Amino acid sequence: MEQLKTIGRELAMGSQGGFGQSKEFLDLVKSIGEARSKAEEDRIVLHEIETLKRRISEPDIPKRKMKEYIIRLVYIEMLGHDASFGYIHAVKMTHDDTLLLKRTGYLAVTLFLNDDHDLIILIVNTIQKDLRSDNYLVVCAALNAVCRLINEETIPAMLPQVVDLLAHSKEAVRKKAIMALHRFYQKSPSSVSHLVSNFRKRLCDNDPGVMGATLCPLFDLITIEVHSYKDLVVSFVSILKQVAERRLPKSYDYHQMPAPFIQIRLLKILALLGSGDKQASENMYTVVGDIFRKCDSSSNIGNAVLYECVCCVSSIYPNPKLLEAAADVISRFLKSDSHNLKYMGIDSLGRLIKMSPEIAEQHQLAVIDCLEDPDDTLKRKTFELLYKMTKSSNVEVIVDRMIDYMISINDNHYKTDIASRCVELAEQFAPSNHWFILTMNKVFEHAGDLVNVKVAHNLMRLIAEGFGEDDDAADSQLRSSAVESYLHIIGEPKLPSVFLQVICWVLGEYGTADGKYSASYITGKLCDVAEACSNDETVKAYAVTALMKIYAFEIAAGRKVDMLHECQSLVEELSASHSTDLQQRAYELQAVICLDAHAVENIIPSDASCEDVEIDKNLSFLNSYVQQSMENGAQPYIPETQRSGMLDTNFRSQDQPEASLHGLRFEAYELPKPPVPSRIHTASLEPSTELVPASEPAYPKDTHQVATVPSVSDAGSSELKLRLDGVQRKWGRPAYSSSAPSPSSSTSQNTVNGVTQIDAAGSVISKAHKTNDSRKPRVEISPEKQKLAASLFGGSSQTEKRSTSASHKVTKAVSHAAGKSQAPKSAVVSNQVTVEKTIHQPPPDLLDLGEPAVPSTTPSVDPFKQLEGLLDPTQVSSTANHGAVGAATESPDIIALYGKTPASGHSSSAAISLPTNGDGVNFTAGLLDATLSTAHAEQLSV
Amino acid sequence: MIRAVMVMNTQGKPRLAKFYDSVPVDKQQELIRSVFGVLCSRAENVSNFVEADSIFGPDSRLVYKHYATLYFVLVFDSSENELAMLDLIQVLVETLDKCFKNVCELDLVFNYSKIHTILDEIFFGGQVLETSSTEVMKAVEEISKLESASNSINLVPKSVSGWRGR
Repeated sequence: MEQLKTIGRELAMGSQGGFGQSKEFLDLVKSIGEARSKAEEDRIVLHEIETLKRRISEPDIPKRKMKEYIIRLVYIEMLGHDASFGYIHAVKMTHDDTLLLKRTGYLAVTLFLNDDHDLIILIVNTIQKDLRSDNYLVVCAALNAVCRLINEETIPAMLPQVVDLLAHSKEAVRKKAIMALHRFYQKSPSSVSHLVSNFRKRLCDNDPGVMGATLCPLFDLITIEVHSYKDLVVSFVSILKQVAERRLPKSYDYHQMPAPFIQIRLLKILALLGSGDKQASENMYTVVGDIFRKCDSSSNIGNAVLYECVCCVSSIYPNPKLLEAAADVISRFLKSDSHNLKYMGIDSLGRLIKMSPEIAEQHQLAVIDCLEDPDDTLKRKTFELLYKMTKSSNVEVIVDRMIDYMISINDNHYKTDIASRCVELAEQFAPSNHWFILTMNKVFEHAGDLVNVKVAHNLMRLIAEGFGEDDDAADSQLRSSAVESYLHIIGEPKLPSVFLQVICWVLGEYGTADGKYSASYITGKLCDVAEACSNDETVKAYAVTALMKIYAFEIAAGRKVDMLHECQSLVEELSASHSTDLQQRAYELQAVICLDAHAVENIIPSDASCEDVEIDKNLSFLNSYVQQSMENGAQPYIPETQRSGMLDTNFRSQDQPEASLHGLRFEAYELPKPPVPSRIHTASLEPSTELVPASEPAYPKDTHQVATVPSVSDAGSSELKLRLDGVQRKWGRPAYSSSAPSPSSSTSQNTVNGVTQIDAAGSVISKAHKTNDSRKPRVEISPEKQKLAASLFGGSSQTEKRSTSASHKVTKAVSHAAGKSQAPKSAVVSNQVTVEKTIHQPPPDLLDLGEPAVPSTTPSVDPFKQLEGLLDPTQVSSTANHGAVGAATESPDIIALYGKTPASGHSSSAAISLPTNGDGVNFTAGLLDATLSTAHAEQLSV
Repeated sequence: MIRAVMVMNTQGKPRLAKFYDSVPVDKQQELIRSVFGVLCSRAENVSNFVEADSIFGPDSRLVYKHYATLYFVLVFDSSENELAMLDLIQVLVETLDKCFKNVCELDLVFNYSKIHTILDEIFFGGQVLETSSTEVMKAVEEISKLESASNSINLVPKSVSGWRGR
């Protein structure tokens, strides 16, 4: 019924002319709408295409009809069918003089053609003409087409006209010209680089809309290069101030907010300009604070502006007051019922956490709620937040959660993402080897085909190299637990190929190392793997090589090798394989097990996968062989560059080098004596020998390389560590990582650090005391959630497990002081109420508060003593000397800002001159100069 | 930057699609389909945001709003603010509502070129041009007035000259 009514209305409109369409089109749309299936729809559309093809090429079609045909073509193409036969007619239509048809033509070509289409060349001329038209609507239509159709090559043809339009009398045209220039910049920055000054000039445009449009290109420019735009900070701040003070015409209001979209742009720009720049940031504090206060948090757009404020505050040089305001906004977002606001809250929490890590603590339950929310977007955002706040104390909970989620989703893209994050976190913060191995197993089991192969190689390398500490026991324990878990998991069906490769490699290398499992048991398992993946040659290759290693170790250990029956048949099968790689491996295996213990030991030394392989690039050991051959009449080797004649080249390149390569391999295997019995000896004999870093241990050919150089070198292994990209250092040492999450902590905070260190112990006590108190009132929250919260945000139960080395404690105390030092600073500035509040805050999560001994020894310390201590000026100056000074110097600063900005704001307020404020020429002349000079004057006077 | 504006109905039929990057036609269809796949799997009362990396490549987000039988979708990158984009959809819908008095799905279908005119007044080359629905309405009305004027003036002389040429 509703539909009928609308159709009736449409028909009425159609008869009025204007935008109405014929009955035919109406019928088409209706029948498509009623189509029961995609096939039926396709049939209808194909029929329509036939009709249009026939009609559109008829001579002398009335223009109105033609216009409708074009619209029908656009419609058809939107439904996914090819309408290219009509493109040329759309292009023709742009040439028409009638506005209606021209606009329709432009609409159609912008939808049909991409900027690299052949037909563009036919439009360029028209666009050029239209950009000069008297009718501003024609100009607008042309500008619209310019944005879409002009590519790098045609930009120069349009550029002069577009630049001229920047001074057009209609603001709508100026606005679009700015955006067209912006588009040019996006497509080819070099083509408009000399015109950047135009953007600056338009910032002072009389019309706020044009000024707002200019912010888009400026944002892009500033993103790329901040430094050349620092001079604009004052201007941006004063514009923002005027906007926030509602000095723009009422028509710019949106839902009772003054020009919120302009505010958002400006805040984004300020965030970029103020990042890491204290001076620039100080200019912004007042206006951002004002916006925080004025924003209407009940409307959607008001919250958008607030969110942008939080982003800005977390990007610019930190200011305690603003951080507090931002934290308030965040808690409002998180407490809201709206999922959108929760999402924004989580996002901004992730931003602010870099500046003040302790705020996550306040919202732990809200975060956990979001984690359990059915909304996928919110969940993912929360995982992103958790990823940012992971540290060694909560890594287990977070990674477990991530893996659970990873298993539950089907979206491969996100699965890959979250898997690599799990791996990264596990590598950085793993509390124990066993956990690490189990975690990696889970990741590989469920997302093995999605993770980067490098991850697998890294895992193998980690298992092979251990921690990089001289702790052999721990290393072998790691390996044993890996072997054990792999043997446990190996029987499961459908393991990903990459994971199987890791398993095979580890079993081959370490399967029998601790003597727990017999060689026949391990080889049996390996054969099962090879059989199970009959289609996966890589896995088979890994399995065969692993078999070879196991047998080699057995032979080297002097045990008799009994090849399992299934193993024998596997090797036989593979030696007839289509894959030459598999064949070679099979033959090598057969060759190796026939050798004696000494030779085998040299070919495949035990646990030597991380050793460097020496490669004699000059093949100097072949010298005698070459000599001998030449004496026997062989021709000397001619380098490829010196050869002439195709035939000759082919012959030699196939013959000689090949021969010598084979020589290399077989010599290495068959020599009863190792080529490098003592390293120094060979090295001194052959100065050309180089140390070459071993290739990735996982590389299928590793055994060959290991085989050639059996010697063990200490120097080599220490060099190898360098290639670990810091993985080892992070792993398993909580002391480092606990200070790691705050790399962005400002310099001033660091200096305060040192000074307040004396106070650290005291504050630890009071903090710990307080935490216990603050946890009590939350009885109504389910214990499960609390447990999760505690484990995520550093509860006391977790910490007891953690290792407590002396150095660890020190760092903690220091970092605690760092967190703490913020509190006295702000406390001095503000009144007592805020002091109490800051102290009552749950502890910053950088620290591990529950150091077991501390609270029990001095639980009677009165927290208010601490408070008094903080307020007492003398004590403050003695304990937090630096902080107090900073605060003291800061408060007059703020006052100065308050005093200054209204003045400068006033002087430049005319820049966005209101329509009533007639004298436009003057202001266009130079907002910049005006604001800059006033700013200078102010600074001097202060 | 805004990458695309889409309007589709709850059965996944595209009602309006405009891409501000160069996207080939068949790719557009694929994108629309995958967006619909995501949207229709989302429950009521969840957030209006979707991370769209897997559909549109890195650094892309998607905001949608569900009105009666239509989904309005905006795709954009990190230089835009999600909540503001949500309001932009609101602006678009408000404008359509003003234009068609109680807009419904069929209005979009039958007034294809007018919708595009409105869209071009709000978005321009992937940037937000105008956010006040009153201003957009003014511009659109002026365009349609001038268009019909130019139409009626030009129709007669054109046809006469065409007739003479024969």
